[in-house]
Amino acid sequence: MNLITVSGPPSSGKTAVILKTAETLMRRGVKIGAVKFDCLHTDDDIAYEKAGIPVKKGLSGSLCPDHYFVSNIEAVLDWGLKEHFDLLVSESAGLCNRCSPYIKEIKAVCVIDNLSGINTPKKIGPMLRMADIVVITKGDIVSQAEREVFAARVHSVNPAAVIMHINGLTGQGAFELSTLLLEGDNHVDSLKGRKLRFSMPSALCSYCLGETRIGESYQMGNVRKINLEENQHGK
Amino acid sequence: MASKEILLKSSPEVLLKQYPYLSAFFAGLTIDLEKSAGFPLSKIIREMNEEVAEDNAFNGENFIQQLQDFINQMQEFLGKDSNAVDSLTILPGKDKSGQPETFSSLVFEKSKITSIVGPTGSGKSRLLADIEWVAQGDTPTGRTILVNGEKPSTDWRFASGKKLVAQLSQNMNFVMDLTVMEFLELHARSRMVANEKEIINRIIEAANALAGEKFDADTPITSLSGGQSRALMIADTAMLSSSPVVLIDEIENAGIDRKKALQLLVGEEKVVLMATHDPILALMADQRIIIKNGGIHRVVKTSAEEKEMLSTLEDADRKLQLLRARLRAGEMLHRDQDS
Ligand SMILES: Nc1nc2c(ncn2[C@@H]2O[C@H](COP(=O)(O)OP(=O)(O)O)[C@@H](O)[C@H]2O)c(=O)[nH]1
Ligand SMILES: [Mg+2]
Ligand SMILES: [Zn+2]
Ligand SMILES: [Zn+2]
Repeated sequence: MNLITVSGPPSSGKTAVILKTAETLMRRGVKIGAVKFDCLHTDDDIAYEKAGIPVKKGLSGSLCPDHYFVSNIEAVLDWGLKEHFDLLVSESAGLCNRCSPYIKEIKAVCVIDNLSGINTPKKIGPMLRMADIVVITKGDIVSQAEREVFAARVHSVNPAAVIMHINGLTGQGAFELSTLLLEGDNHVDSLKGRKLRFSMPSALCSYCLGETRIGESYQMGNVRKINLEENQHGK
Repeated sequence: MASKEILLKSSPEVLLKQYPYLSAFFAGLTIDLEKSAGFPLSKIIREMNEEVAEDNAFNGENFIQQLQDFINQMQEFLGKDSNAVDSLTILPGKDKSGQPETFSSLVFEKSKITSIVGPTGSGKSRLLADIEWVAQGDTPTGRTILVNGEKPSTDWRFASGKKLVAQLSQNMNFVMDLTVMEFLELHARSRMVANEKEIINRIIEAANALAGEKFDADTPITSLSGGQSRALMIADTAMLSSSPVVLIDEIENAGIDRKKALQLLVGEEKVVLMATHDPILALMADQRIIIKNGGIHRVVKTSAEEKEMLSTLEDADRKLQLLRARLRAGEMLHRDQDS
């Protein structure tokens, strides 16, 4: 079975792109399963089911969804193997912009959209910088110039990635993505011992652990203070 | 090829002098390299505070790799003085029912206009996708695309900044919060054109010649009227887009001189493809392809009779525009007042 991790900011078009790509893959005889990792709630599982794609969902609740992803991807992989999928796609919403769920030697796709603003590529961090394929969506509603500028920004942040433009509504470009996903032999039977492409931040403060009271004496662990003086001088 | 060893020994300052385009790459980092611009990268990486690295998701090894990738790609990109496309050729594939397409080969030349007609869902977007992806018999239609009559390099698929097709469609809007001037500067810089000022002035001038109402350089792009936006998009695509092929999905018949718009694209040596059901636009093309059931059903040259009809249609259109303008100005319309 092949495993592909798809990540990207909320509403960038991940589900739309996966569904359109899955449609062409299924037509090519590929058996697909999906797993959706999210924080509090998702309806994506319903969308996958409706498209005839077996799906599992995992809600991380109070944890960073990417941390949750790492602790659960092995179990999900086993599910996929048992179901005899040819391809298992994991979708996870990048929420903290600092973590990325990419694993070495497992194809990593980042989905971002043209509407998110030209400084977004810089803000996203490893989720964009460490991806193999960057899919840019919503090109149908912005000007050609904005598309070109946005793609150039993406390129300067991740020069090695293949950048693809996909319309999540019409599926234009999805067939081409499916070709790239099938390329090469990336069978995985187990993830034991595999490594993440980029370490996830380890910060843990008392609020991560459920503290709700405000005040110096309740703050423990990795606590950092805003520097208001530095803020005044710009930077 | 820049080696990693040499990169590590160089300082950001020296690198920027040697490769000015690296300012875009450095700007993509959240770490400010300016402060230590005089030091070799190896030293900057070695002495970087762990917390700062962690905060900025910075990994030295990964950084050098990406720096090297970026430089090598840009050197290659700039070294090629010719991305010129004189023609595209489509070799036939099959339609949705598997019937082979009947044309032998179809050529789109630069400075020529081809219109594409056929009902929605008939396969226009698949045709466009085949061209964008430079299909090599590896798409559902089985078509093959040649560039300048030859099997094209895979760069057209994968290289950033090298895309075959630019698109202009009705749904497109400007979304950036910038003035016309700032916007064009941004685009020009991302293309790294040499004569920025000159191109920008030409674009504004050309856009104003297309639009019914004039605008100036410090107008925010989001407050341009529909016609002005369309005019600016077309002029910008004609002069500043890197793509040799322009696909137009209808041009609204209001606030913009469509004939001049097409002439502008043709004058900039673009291959122009235009999906339209408007007879005036369709007949302005040199040839027309008719799409049916996912395949190219027929290819026809615009006939002499059609060209004659075009001038009648254009006359009628002019009259209509005039009446519209009079209505807008609050005048009464009179039966024989048509010129
Ligand atoms: N116009 C346009 N809308 C899109 C495109 N791709 C996705 N969308 C819409 O954007 C919204 C969010 O998409 P979704 O796939 O749910 O995003 P996700 O949160 O990343 O999975 C949906 O309403 C989609 O229909 C696109 O290419 N163009
Ligand atoms: Mg989703
Ligand atoms: Zn996180
Ligand atoms: Zn916390």
